[in-house]
Amino acid sequence: MGAVLVLAAVTLLAVAVLLARDEPAGDREFVVMGVAEAVLLVQLVLGLVLLNGTERDVSGVLFVSYLVGVALALPIGAFWSLAERSRAGTAVLGVATFTVVALELRLWAIWGGAGA
Amino acid sequence: MRDLSAGPGRVLVFVYGVFAVAATGRSLVQLGADADRAPVAYSLSLLAAVIYLVATTCLLLGGPRAWRFAVVACSVELAGVVLVGVLSYVVTDWFPDKTVWSHFGQGYGFLPLVLPFFGLAWLRATRPASHPTDG
Repeated sequence: MGAVLVLAAVTLLAVAVLLARDEPAGDREFVVMGVAEAVLLVQLVLGLVLLNGTERDVSGVLFVSYLVGVALALPIGAFWSLAERSRAGTAVLGVATFTVVALELRLWAIWGGAGA
Repeated sequence: MRDLSAGPGRVLVFVYGVFAVAATGRSLVQLGADADRAPVAYSLSLLAAVIYLVATTCLLLGGPRAWRFAVVACSVELAGVVLVGVLSYVVTDWFPDKTVWSHFGQGYGFLPLVLPFFGLAWLRATRPASHPTDG
């Protein structure tokens, strides 16, 4: 799902600009993250369906845990960030988005047959 | 004393939280799937997970007591990542599979090596006033 990475890149850029300007994240940023989250949820469902039908040697438990984990990172990060509308709160959004990128890359590797 | 989970601490809690979940998940999967393959490495994964959980919890709770526990957790974390990092290069037999702390956290962009320094620096900045060593 390249869409996830593109949306994550946009979010990371936006967060970097906000951090530099010391502005809190606004509606625009949260819309982008909302779209990213929607894509991640679609990915969760699609991933489960694909896992069921695949002939590949994919580690099931691992794959599902990453599918779920990657979908949880943004909502948790967003709530944690909204609790403190400061530069640090914005940085949390960046870290959360970065986590999504890292997990997404691992997810692809696992789909390709990598182990724990 | 500032709240442990405010300001930069907020970022720290999130990162520690991510690592707590990542290390716990990984060690459980590894120990559950084939514990015999690398018992030392996998047990260290679990230890790392516990340390991250303690650190996250202490930062969230705040207060002088949690502060002291957090210092211990971050120190153990630093010692652990250095020790395991060295061991993973020297005693390669023990580490047929990677863990959070092996090769100084290479698989995690060396973040596990950097994180305890940030943790300890933050704890230094938030040292409770009542602490005896406070000058």
